[in-house]
Amino acid sequence: MSDIAIKVENLSKAYQLGQIGTGTISRDLERWYARIRGKEDPFLRIGESNDQNTKSESDVVWSLKDINFEIEQGDAVGIIGRNGAGKSTLLKILSKVTAPTTGKISGRGRIASLLEVGTGFHPELSGRENIFLNGAILGMRKKEIQRKLDEIVDFAGIERYLDTPVKRYSSGMYVRLAFAVAAHLESEILIVDEVLAVGDAEFQKKCLGKMGEVSKGEGRTVLFVSHNMDSINRLCKNALLLSKGENVGIGKTSDIIKKYNDSDAIRNECYFKNQYIKYLKIDQIEDNVILECKYENCAEFFFPCLGFVVNDANNHKIFGTNPKLQPPQQAIIKSDKGILRVLITNPKLLNGTYNISIWFGDGTTDYFFEENILSFEILNMVRYAEDTSASDNGPIAPEVKWHQILH
Amino acid sequence: MVKEEHEWTIEADSSLFDLKLTEVWAYRDLLVLLVRRDFVSFYKQTILGPLWFFIQPLFTTIIFTFIFGNLAGISTDSLPKPLFYMAGITAWNYFADCLTKTSSVFKDNAAIFGKVYFPRLIMPLSIVVSNLVRFGVQMALFLILMAYYYISGAHFGISWAICLFPIIVILMALLGLGAGMIISAMTTKYRDLAFLITFGVQLLMYATTVIYPLSEAIKKYPAYAWIIEYNPMTPIIETFRYGFLGEGSFSWFSLGYATMVTIVLLLFGTLVFNKVERNFVDTV
Repeated sequence: MSDIAIKVENLSKAYQLGQIGTGTISRDLERWYARIRGKEDPFLRIGESNDQNTKSESDVVWSLKDINFEIEQGDAVGIIGRNGAGKSTLLKILSKVTAPTTGKISGRGRIASLLEVGTGFHPELSGRENIFLNGAILGMRKKEIQRKLDEIVDFAGIERYLDTPVKRYSSGMYVRLAFAVAAHLESEILIVDEVLAVGDAEFQKKCLGKMGEVSKGEGRTVLFVSHNMDSINRLCKNALLLSKGENVGIGKTSDIIKKYNDSDAIRNECYFKNQYIKYLKIDQIEDNVILECKYENCAEFFFPCLGFVVNDANNHKIFGTNPKLQPPQQAIIKSDKGILRVLITNPKLLNGTYNISIWFGDGTTDYFFEENILSFEILNMVRYAEDTSASDNGPIAPEVKWHQILH
Repeated sequence: MVKEEHEWTIEADSSLFDLKLTEVWAYRDLLVLLVRRDFVSFYKQTILGPLWFFIQPLFTTIIFTFIFGNLAGISTDSLPKPLFYMAGITAWNYFADCLTKTSSVFKDNAAIFGKVYFPRLIMPLSIVVSNLVRFGVQMALFLILMAYYYISGAHFGISWAICLFPIIVILMALLGLGAGMIISAMTTKYRDLAFLITFGVQLLMYATTVIYPLSEAIKKYPAYAWIIEYNPMTPIIETFRYGFLGEGSFSWFSLGYATMVTIVLLLFGTLVFNKVERNFVDTV
């Protein structure tokens, strides 16, 4: 079955920056005048890509620019990209929340989109009433909700609280209920924004499981936006990479994640001006991690000394060291400039994103200290039989030997 | 389950006249649930509950009776004053509620509209229907008051025009809806109108025959009475009073005029509403 479920052609979306208010009437009139003469919109002409760091003359910005792609029916596609790459805008247009500026999307099948959990929940109404209301907002008929009520309540695990107003729910229960409603919607296409970030780890796993079931088991199409490369990798066969509103690549998830890591999306290298450190870089090279530091103007240093601590995605320290704790095999000598290279031999890190904090100094005082200055992605460093990530059993794979002693 | 293969497209420009009414019909359950939500959440955690629906028209009637009836001495067409005022207030409240609530529909629901798609027309429709429930409760109060005056032998009589009651209710609902949608479409960009509306509705009430009969206005201010006569709500309230209380200036011509205005506003309102709905999330 390789029917096309969603086809996006030349899709663009422009946003107006700055204050909308004073002056809009005159501008609207100008626009309208241009249109009746059959001319182009005078305020859309000077478009440019959405680079949020640079300020520019034009106050119109293209959040999406000329996007083209096709998604096959039953495919699970992850959408990745840095903040502001246009991921959410794309989902908003696909969910019909806002219209594109130019271009066209055609598709087949009912769309259920989950841009936020619990949209339309009313705090005063009971869980049961909210299931019906939320279901109807998402496009379900009353009969359909009635039929699925038990399943939804069961999935959310809120049976005891079904007739309690949702304002008395814990935030976890609230999210569980909201996801449960959306997940049980009978649609051919499921669109999920990064909503899973709110629940606890166990629930996130359950949601991912449900989404996997939806795409693999039921043959529905899933579009999934996340910053968590690990869940994308696990859930999606294919991925789409957006950068500054443009489609940079679509293809096999592992390839696209690699491309994402190589791009500036994850900052795994860094240049400095007017610092002792000129350049920092961290990379996974097969089973090892290599940290490189280029330094300059360190003539008065006793010896250049580099320390680091690796943190997981939740900012928990995993390991770290420095040359005073673990003296180098080959002595570090006093030098004005050079490169320090640290080889972390097979740290057995599981799939996930990690951050590293760096200390640099003359051996007694640290002149440079920056927490989580670099990020890096670990992929397939540990080859378990089952796909496992840092969020499952902790970030490190222990070396174990199983023994059975029979009596 | 039968698998429906339905195809759709999303495009930059949509036809102005594509009102998506079939889609609205498909979401009719949502309409019912929204009305239920409005009604239930209105009196949750209150002691008096639905009684609050009575309190506002009751007190307004008492105050109007004292200030406009007794203090200012404005004629009420020989009808018992509380009855005259309550007829006007009940009808006016329904129209005014529909208008004000509809006019802020985009602003009030920006959070939902920004996150999930459903035919946006459902929201204003649910407002009009929710208010109908409230109107029904207030009508009951009005009927009780009528019964009281009837028993105490006051002078008034129900006329044949009471048969026009359903039409009047529909006219009020659609007039409020149409005007409200136009304003709501414009408030997404120009917030000024939001300030205008609360104050404007109050002013409009004085240009409608809520606290005085039309005949009195024509008699006292013949030069300016046209403002009141051209107000489409005037014939509606006059017909309402004529039907239930037997006094008021009723004419087919003016009611026909009000109907025309309603249809035009409703059509225009639906068009601009549908136009704005597609992109309002970006500007609201």
